[in-house]
Amino acid sequence: METLFFSIVAAIAILMSILVIRCKNPINSALSLIMTFFCLATLYVMLEAPFMAAIQVIVYAGAIMVLIVFVIMLLNIRTESGRRTQHALFLGAATGLFLLFQTWYFLSRSSLTGAKGAIDSAAIAKVGHTELIGQSLFTEFLLPFEITSILLLAAIVGAVVLAKKKV
Amino acid sequence: MEIMGLPLIYYGAMILKVLLAFVFVLLTVAYATYAERKIIGHMQVRVGPNRVGPMGLLQPIADGIKLFFKEEIIPSEASKFAFLLAPLVALIPAFISFAVIPFGDVIEIAGYKIPLQIAAFADNAGTVFDLNIGVLYILAMASLGVYGIVLAGWSSNSKYSLLGGLRSSAQMISYELAAGLAIVCVFMVSQSLSLHAIVADQAGLFGWYLFRNPFTFLAGIIFFICSLAEINRTPFDLPEAETELVSGFCTEYSSMKYAMFFMAEYANMVTVCAVTTTLFLGGWQGPLPSVLNFIAKVYFLMFVCMWIRATYPRYRYDQLMKLGWKVFLPSTLFLIVGNAIWITLFK
Repeated sequence: METLFFSIVAAIAILMSILVIRCKNPINSALSLIMTFFCLATLYVMLEAPFMAAIQVIVYAGAIMVLIVFVIMLLNIRTESGRRTQHALFLGAATGLFLLFQTWYFLSRSSLTGAKGAIDSAAIAKVGHTELIGQSLFTEFLLPFEITSILLLAAIVGAVVLAKKKV
Repeated sequence: MEIMGLPLIYYGAMILKVLLAFVFVLLTVAYATYAERKIIGHMQVRVGPNRVGPMGLLQPIADGIKLFFKEEIIPSEASKFAFLLAPLVALIPAFISFAVIPFGDVIEIAGYKIPLQIAAFADNAGTVFDLNIGVLYILAMASLGVYGIVLAGWSSNSKYSLLGGLRSSAQMISYELAAGLAIVCVFMVSQSLSLHAIVADQAGLFGWYLFRNPFTFLAGIIFFICSLAEINRTPFDLPEAETELVSGFCTEYSSMKYAMFFMAEYANMVTVCAVTTTLFLGGWQGPLPSVLNFIAKVYFLMFVCMWIRATYPRYRYDQLMKLGWKVFLPSTLFLIVGNAIWITLFK
């Protein structure tokens, strides 16, 4: 049952991500991308990570994609202009093949040890997924967390400075 | 009898709960349109609809039939897929938020304990397990509602629609932020994201998060106002300001598609009132049987929405943005800090 559900969701995710690059109309591409994010959120739920799923929908599908759609609307791009050149196709195919080779190379060289971390299904059921993330974020990974927030602050200040004409 | 390790009554109860919640929201939506016209009518010393049926009670049905039989027009230059998709995208998030809202206490049927909340089940001891990120789920669904309006505005290929859609998305993004930060005050008190736990923690009038401390009180009011802005209710209904934008994002829509936007607006109103009830007004806690408490509180808040509509004029666009970014956002940040200090001092 679970495998079947996974296959359906994964198939939709792959189909949608193909549509993202195949659609002529940028809005339809954006819609497909939203659907892809949704499928990813579903996969997170299946992996007992509801918090990640909610954040995926709120941040990616809800905030970032709204901004992208917003920009497409403001520029009022109807369909993709400019033709696809043979060079781009060739370069894209070469990059794709190289990435595929790289993945295969590293996967075939490393071996799976089967070692498990401290957090398993029992711990998630006992403490709760959100609580576990909170705990590790505010104890073990406090420094990266704070550095990220300072980076975001700098980005906000930068955006304000850029947007403001007279400082 | 069991299916996949769960008793059959579990599935039956689940389907029944979904149907009940759906029918409740649909009926409320239908009669909210009637109540709104009637209440605003009386506030402006008019009578309101009174021709169809006794006291005009069949008016929503008449409206529904009228809209259903109207001609469906799709603009020839519209981008068809998005145009057809938009009303659905607007309507569905409004309804599925109800999946996590607890509308009643745990009841017992034939020895099985059933919590009156769709995405939840209880074991035989009566402990309720629900989605432990219920509040985030509601925020996620609220953030998806904007797509319906944006798509409608863009796909209609009309200036009024586009401007309405742009305005609305800017407004929703701005106010979502302040509403989300106001909810943080609730998390700090409840120490849980599960809506069942949040309601269970609010027993008694002074247990309500609205009256817990001065900061949550202000947070509750700010949350309600921001929610009004997020669902484009008066005084924040700029996306469809008819004097400037004809009818905003739904200018080009007709017949049932227009009706779906209309229903989405009212369903959003029900959802927002239900969420406010759950987070700040103690959910189903109260003197009456649990479901009735919930319904009474939701209907009271909906009355307040209509009252506001009858009382206040519309905001100007720059005032709206100023209010969102310069008043509500800083004040919710201040409330979070204040709330933290209060909780630490008066544990």
